[in-house]
Amino acid sequence: MKRIYTIVLVAFCLFSGLNTFAQTTPHISEAEVEQRARSVGKSLRCVVCQNQSIDDSNAPLAADMRLLVRERIRAGDRNEDVLIYMRDRYGDFVLLKPPFQPNTYILWFAPMGLLVLFLLWYIVQTRRPKQSVKIAQLSDDEQKRYDALITKIEPKS
Amino acid sequence: MKFSLEWKGIKLSLEDLGTGFAMSGMKVTLIGLVPLFMFLALGSAFAISLTKDPSILPSQLIDKPFPEFSLPDLFDEEHMLTKADMSGQVTLVNIFGSWCMACDYEHEMLMSIAKNKELPILGVDWRDTRVKGKRWLKKRGNPYTNVVFDEFSKFAIDLGITGAPESFIVDKRGQIRYKHIGPITRKNWDEILKPIVVDLQAEKLGAE
Amino acid sequence: MIAEFGQIALIMAMLVAGAQAVLPMVGAYQKDTRLMAFGDRAAIAQFILIAIAFLALTYVFITSDFSVKLAALHSHTNKPLIYKISGVWGNHEGSMMLWVLMLSLFGGLVPMYGKTLPASLKARALSVQGMIGVGFLAFILFTSNPFLRLNPVPLDGQSLNPLLQDPGLAFHPPFLYLGYVGFSMAFSFSVAALIEGRVDAVWAQWLRPWVLLAWSFLTIGITMGSVWAYYELGWGGWWMWDPVENVSFLPWLVGTALLHSILVLGKRHTMANWTILLGIAAFSLSLVGTFVVRSGVLTSVHSFAVDPARGVVILFLLLLATGGALTLYALRAHELRGGPGYTTVSKEGGLVLNNLLLVTAAVTVFLGTFYPLLVETFSNEKISVGTPYFDATFAPVMIVLIAFMGVGPLLKWRVDTWTTVRKHAFKSGLLIAVVGLFVYIYGKSVLGALSMGIAAYLAYSTCIAYGRKIGFGKAGMMRRFRAQPGASHGFFLAHMGMAITMAGVVSMSVWAKEDVQLLKINDSMRVGAYEFTLKAMTPGREENYQYLEATIDIKKFTKKVTTLKSSQRFYPVREMVTTEAGIQVGVMRNLYVGIGDGDSRKGWVVRAYIHPMICWIWFGTLMMALAGFVSLFGRKVKAKETA
Repeated sequence: MKRIYTIVLVAFCLFSGLNTFAQTTPHISEAEVEQRARSVGKSLRCVVCQNQSIDDSNAPLAADMRLLVRERIRAGDRNEDVLIYMRDRYGDFVLLKPPFQPNTYILWFAPMGLLVLFLLWYIVQTRRPKQSVKIAQLSDDEQKRYDALITKIEPKS
Repeated sequence: MKFSLEWKGIKLSLEDLGTGFAMSGMKVTLIGLVPLFMFLALGSAFAISLTKDPSILPSQLIDKPFPEFSLPDLFDEEHMLTKADMSGQVTLVNIFGSWCMACDYEHEMLMSIAKNKELPILGVDWRDTRVKGKRWLKKRGNPYTNVVFDEFSKFAIDLGITGAPESFIVDKRGQIRYKHIGPITRKNWDEILKPIVVDLQAEKLGAE
Repeated sequence: MIAEFGQIALIMAMLVAGAQAVLPMVGAYQKDTRLMAFGDRAAIAQFILIAIAFLALTYVFITSDFSVKLAALHSHTNKPLIYKISGVWGNHEGSMMLWVLMLSLFGGLVPMYGKTLPASLKARALSVQGMIGVGFLAFILFTSNPFLRLNPVPLDGQSLNPLLQDPGLAFHPPFLYLGYVGFSMAFSFSVAALIEGRVDAVWAQWLRPWVLLAWSFLTIGITMGSVWAYYELGWGGWWMWDPVENVSFLPWLVGTALLHSILVLGKRHTMANWTILLGIAAFSLSLVGTFVVRSGVLTSVHSFAVDPARGVVILFLLLLATGGALTLYALRAHELRGGPGYTTVSKEGGLVLNNLLLVTAAVTVFLGTFYPLLVETFSNEKISVGTPYFDATFAPVMIVLIAFMGVGPLLKWRVDTWTTVRKHAFKSGLLIAVVGLFVYIYGKSVLGALSMGIAAYLAYSTCIAYGRKIGFGKAGMMRRFRAQPGASHGFFLAHMGMAITMAGVVSMSVWAKEDVQLLKINDSMRVGAYEFTLKAMTPGREENYQYLEATIDIKKFTKKVTTLKSSQRFYPVREMVTTEAGIQVGVMRNLYVGIGDGDSRKGWVVRAYIHPMICWIWFGTLMMALAGFVSLFGRKVKAKETA
């Protein structure tokens, strides 16, 4: 089981690594501006559309927002700063990745919490000797017939 | 039970083996109620949500200072307007554009507000061209004390605008006190906006 | 005249469904065979009546009878015939008609295929099916009647939304609904079994094909939706985590868990609890999907014309159906648990873990979809949940699921040892390392390399498990291959399909390249190794739209690869503009261009994309759908009576 936890942990670190932001540098190349603007653009919601990022949208306001994002990055904003800038104006609504705060604790904790809870439940449940509820125990003879039938359905190699 | 499954001529009647889940009684158990309760909780949330309109985005800027700006006058490219031009009075800030149909609808009401000199109105001509914006105001009349020209949404984004028309009521200290989404009509002006304006105009500077 | 005929058929269908809801249930309690047998006839009659009503509506659309309001609003004389037909379900009222048509189709098939079912079980299931039917027919008749007349009659109709005038979308809803509504069988039979007080292997064996059928259709429906979004919406996305996509994905996730549970119940007489609960959940989530799309509680790119009043009615139906079923479950749950035991490491155990993970995945998608709604309902704050959230939460759950998917099928029923797991884990680790290293050299991405390694691991493990079943390489392999039940081949195809889909998803999210630029004629832009040159802009006109078509040459290092055409279409009747993407489909990569606004002075917006292995995604999901059919129609557990 330890191994599985390690795998989960590694997978997590990798996936969360995706979302770390680039560090600031005072003078940045246009190529970098473009690249960072895209990653920022993908996490900003186009507020006049429905469920699209500003990068995916053809709406005029989204186009202006894309320009603004580039402008902020050229001015030396880190990616987070651009997100905060937008959030100050449009609220949490503009962030496609909801911030980690009291009203999103459930959202962020539930998937992993549930997974861990389920795995624990599974281990406890399968370790405990099974009580057969309302099911007659098979006699030896019945067990043989039963196994014979199952083998027919599931031919072994 | 009368029927059974057959496999290569062997009658597979699991019934005889005593398997299967025979349920005789009904008994409420705590664990059995879990799915029902979860479902009912969600169902009530859905029911409440039906009463709300998901398309309205509340403003972040209520009770915050109106953003600083420096934008060209619609009528004079060289002349820059700034927050200082708002002159310490309760002001209505109205976002419009010649392309915006609902603004047409709202215009008459703004004209009436201007005619009665109820309060100064700052117009923000948003995502427009100068020529079209000017022509639009010429044709319909200009209710605005000043009109700034915001071609690339810079100011609109500062104000957290999602569409036109939208309006803000700014108090004497230059703080945003109310945001109205959609056209101003006689009804919502008289019932909602005007009382706020009157209250704010009665506020004394330096009080609080 | 035809419309009134359809109207009458629809009203009669509701009355028949009402009788079907009551009489067989009473019959089952009173052990009255005549009343129970009435269910059979009612189910067939209900199907015929709804089919008549549906045909009448189709006739109205084909003949462009604009005195019927629905046709006037959603059809037009200048539409091609196929879109006149698909226009029938390209709107709220018509799509509800399709929904009940499918529902009554499944109900009508019960008497045909269920001759061996115990009479009381069948009567009860048909009664439940009738209750669902009556609810939705009443919903149609009272809130969304498709046959309403219009006076005065307009000269022409307002046409179908041009986005929907597409072969991909014409058949997307029918498949989706076959899936959604197919789960109604699992629901009805679960409720019937709860009332009847008996869940057993034979019940499971009988129900399994229906679940498989529904699941496969749903898989096809979702795939078609994804392909359609890819080529029609013009920005090269294949899945956007849009609420409407998510609500079709939820029954799929739960249905997948149901599929596995019912298999175990049919063979090993355990997981009855799971099967019943998942059966109720899969259909309830389909109802939630219907509710969300039509009530407007969530904003989405493809919602129907929304009407909260309809939302209220569907919510009421949902509360009645699911609330009722779960109440029944609460009363019976204490007797559903148990069954033959199994240890932590065993095939049953693996399948339970599979269910737990799929449920976790479904909860994640559910939360991501509905959390903004919940937050807003309880606090008036607005938040958004988009792709970045799902990348961070759904993806890890899937990785864990795939890790288990590799080992699970290799385990023995009931009892197996950690040694089996350890041995396999060692070989798999080696495989992941080798594949990962190879991919890393080529693709320069640790995440991509690792994920591709995991996809390869799933494919490898699936081959091993399947190889063992048929005794690969040993004498008599062909005989054993033929002797396998369809489910074995289904397992192989579905799990391989999953590995292929995963490979596609991973390479799309790690190696896709894109750029957007303003291009004038003969301007070029470079994306990856490819150079896109705008050659010409050609205007033109078709039956029901005008277009402006861009011709774009694509070169890879001076060598010409292909010429793509992308156009913007303007539909005058609806005053709508759509984008037609130009796509060169390839096994290892698609080239994709989309043209946007612009003019000859400042140039046109050109979006250019390189999509590595994107077709693998859909190829894999179609393999999964095929797997469902193979398990269904493959060798059946049936033979001549010899004894």
